[in-house]
Amino acid sequence: MIAVDGLSLKMGAFAVEGVSFTAGTGEYAVLMGRTGCGKTSLLEAICGLKPVRGGRVRLLGRDVTDLPPADRGVGYVPQDLALFPTMTVREHLGFALEVRRWDATLAARRVEELTELLGLGHLLDRRPPGLSGGEAQRVALGRALAFRPGVLLLDEPLSALDEDTRAGMYELLRSVQRQTGVTTLHVTHSRAEARALADRLFVFDKGVLRESSVDT
Amino acid sequence: MSAPEQQPAARRSRSDVPFVAGLVVIGGLYVGLIVAMVAADAAYLLTDPTGKGNDGIVAGFNRLVLPLAKPEIRYAVKLSLVSCAITAILSVWVAVPLGYLMSRYEFRGKGFVDAVIDVPIVLPPLVVGLSLLILFQTPPGRAVERVIPVTYAIPAVILAQFSVACAFAVRTMRVTFDQISPRREQVARTLGCTRGQAFWRVVLPEARNGMVTAATVAWARALGEFGPILVFAGATRMRTEVLSTTIFLELSVGNLEAAVAVSLLMVLAAVLVLVVLRWAGGGSARGW
Repeated sequence: MIAVDGLSLKMGAFAVEGVSFTAGTGEYAVLMGRTGCGKTSLLEAICGLKPVRGGRVRLLGRDVTDLPPADRGVGYVPQDLALFPTMTVREHLGFALEVRRWDATLAARRVEELTELLGLGHLLDRRPPGLSGGEAQRVALGRALAFRPGVLLLDEPLSALDEDTRAGMYELLRSVQRQTGVTTLHVTHSRAEARALADRLFVFDKGVLRESSVDT
Repeated sequence: MSAPEQQPAARRSRSDVPFVAGLVVIGGLYVGLIVAMVAADAAYLLTDPTGKGNDGIVAGFNRLVLPLAKPEIRYAVKLSLVSCAITAILSVWVAVPLGYLMSRYEFRGKGFVDAVIDVPIVLPPLVVGLSLLILFQTPPGRAVERVIPVTYAIPAVILAQFSVACAFAVRTMRVTFDQISPRREQVARTLGCTRGQAFWRVVLPEARNGMVTAATVAWARALGEFGPILVFAGATRMRTEVLSTTIFLELSVGNLEAAVAVSLLMVLAAVLVLVVLRWAGGGSARGW
């Protein structure tokens, strides 16, 4: 569950005041809004990367408003992916597990699982410059999901992909979410993406967030 | 009216040649000056000082190498290499945390700190030396001197080099960190890293080329350092003489050949530095 309650943020020239919404556990929620409306800032606030001025953030029933990003249990895929240029795909998948001191055997098994889930088998020893847009996207997704977070935050994950790759990613995102049961918040400006993926749709417009029907 | 339609035709006929020729001539003059300076050094050594013209490559080579065999100059070579290496390492040690701090954090007085870091870059070198000399005459300075003699000793050489070279290393590291997207550290923090872990695991490996560049720039600045060393460490042979001091001392006794020989040695070192910089810089330009 992702529950945002009366969240207030200040972002450069403008502010977001009193935003509230809830996405239930295991739901795929899509947050739509125009570029520059504060969607990314909202995601950063949920991750703990941006200080909030007011309001609370609860994830899976736990109030995380005052926790550092490392302790929130959030898988985050930013818009530019921010892959680590010095690491191989395998190291990306294992990164969170190593930092969280997982047992080596368990970690290796988890990396194997993710490799299969995301179809990364032939890419494990490559580094980010050798990946296509869709491949990089899957690596970023795998890196975020590795430590089995309860919540997955995706910031415009498909905006840089061509049409064909995007259609494939819709299916992948859906099946990943079905298999892992991770509560997902997907931010986008594309109505087509919202229609293809959303269980619940929120529209963010002029600092106001309201729920909208998926079908319209 | 036909006037607007005529304009494109008139524009097309104008040539870009004068503009490009201007760039080439002005730029070429400067590049030519640099090449001519170095070539003149080499030609000077290869020419017979007795005025009979070119006496062959062997004699020229001897004039280049023999002065370098003098014990005083060999001492200066050794001291230069060691002190510059220590300065480069110290500079990177300071530049990495300071550059990261300046690149990633906002704090009160940041503008002031930023300006202070630039002081050694803009200050006349002799003033740096004099200021160091005076600093070590103050009570805290004297206290240090009682434990380790600094002024007119080898530590003064290193401190004089460090105080200027480090500023350049800090600038280099700051630019390096500015070019690394903070997004990667943010993602690392959501994956379970503290700020420190994100720095060690994600940022530092990516800053490797920048660190090589910073060390090389600091090393090169330290090698060329002269004014502050002369004032703060003195120019005592077999004691605080570095290569730049050697050129000064040899020139002052009229031994132009030795001065030129040492100069060429320093040109060689500069070329090496450029090669390393190109290599490291090429790496970061290839970057992702």
